[in-house]
Amino acid sequence: MIKVNNLAKSFGELQVLKNISTEIAAKEVVCIIGSSGSGKSTFLRCLNLLEEPSGGEIIIEGENILDKSVDINKLRQKMGMVFQQFNLFPQKTVLENITLAPMKLKKKSKTEAEKQAMELLEKVGLAAKADAYPTNLSGGQQQRVAIARALAMEPHVMLFDEPTSALDPEMVGEVLRVMKQLAQEGMTMVIVTHEMGFAREVADRVIYIDGGNIVEDGNPKDIFTNPSHERTRAFLSKVL
Amino acid sequence: METTFNVIVDALPYLLKGLYMTILISVLSIIFSLVIGLIACFMRMSKYAVLRYPAAIYVNLIRGTPILIQILFIYFGAPTALDIHLSAFTAGLIAISLNIGAYNTEIFRGGIESIGKGQMEAGRSLGFSYAQTMALIILPQAVRRMIPSFVNQLTHAIKDTSMLSVIGIAELTMVGQSIYAMNFRSFEILTMVGLFYFITIYTVSFISTKMERRFVIS
Repeated sequence: MIKVNNLAKSFGELQVLKNISTEIAAKEVVCIIGSSGSGKSTFLRCLNLLEEPSGGEIIIEGENILDKSVDINKLRQKMGMVFQQFNLFPQKTVLENITLAPMKLKKKSKTEAEKQAMELLEKVGLAAKADAYPTNLSGGQQQRVAIARALAMEPHVMLFDEPTSALDPEMVGEVLRVMKQLAQEGMTMVIVTHEMGFAREVADRVIYIDGGNIVEDGNPKDIFTNPSHERTRAFLSKVL
Repeated sequence: METTFNVIVDALPYLLKGLYMTILISVLSIIFSLVIGLIACFMRMSKYAVLRYPAAIYVNLIRGTPILIQILFIYFGAPTALDIHLSAFTAGLIAISLNIGAYNTEIFRGGIESIGKGQMEAGRSLGFSYAQTMALIILPQAVRRMIPSFVNQLTHAIKDTSMLSVIGIAELTMVGQSIYAMNFRSFEILTMVGLFYFITIYTVSFISTKMERRFVIS
């Protein structure tokens, strides 16, 4: 579903991604781990072109998205994104946050969009908060709304950029539960995370990025119990 | 000698006419300055230098020179060099609009840039274009933050129109000057002129504060 070939990304002089190649199949849940500054978030942000790659190819559902002819806005509608800082729209209610894109971009009617939004809120356990404003929600609740907002566009893949890193520890669980449920329903997910327990339990594959390269790419059991690289071992011994 | 009361009553119709001109120019120049400010603001934030630089030069030129010079330049200076004729009204309107427009540019830019980058990224990642994200997500938030500075700018616009007396536009200040030049009652007349400005500006501020409150709450 997603194929990345020799992806590179530089910010000025600084080469953040050197040469990344990997493939992500439909329904696969891939966790990307690595220390901060390793390039893992940049890699994720390249997948929906929030960062413009400096080189290489990204092929999504058979289409090279770096092609100038690709409609980036159409492409992004198929790719949900969840941010570390939630980025909900503060002037809109929870319900409006979720219905905005389906109504404007998919031309759904208000009733239709609201019905779908309520179903999604039900799913993330926040139906009671439909009329609340984001500032009146806890971080964990905001992040669950952000997940619902992304799901409302019925994406083919969900990208998560450290979705629990800005949360108080007691709220991490509620967000991870929603993500786990999503994974069980067969959503294709690419998750940049520091939650090693989650990666081990939920991921089909774990990719360890260090210094702008993929160091290790395999099933979580192997990586966590028997990493093949010294660098992976050193990293895991620090975070586990 | 005429009583104060009579001086005021006699001057009132003329002063009201002057006030009308002041308000007319203020309203028109505020409308134009909004358009100018919006265009220049997006030019300043453009990724293309051809758009960015002219807008930056415009803003800095206006901010770096006195408004009186700008008015004189547009009425006397520019038409001479370009060999065109501008009426005092047109020249005055252009000068005030350009002046307020430059400050609006910075107010708009500041408001938009104060909205975190995450909002743009959230909008874009849902599939909205840059323009859609701006219109649906960024501007509604930015406008709220701009309102206090913008109201401040409105009051400046009204006050700045008094400078147009130097090019002979019969606005409030000019009318006042003509009256006391004839009857030598500068105390009464200037008090009235000041009072008219004060009432106008105070009304604008009052209404704006009410609107601002409603905006911020909703």
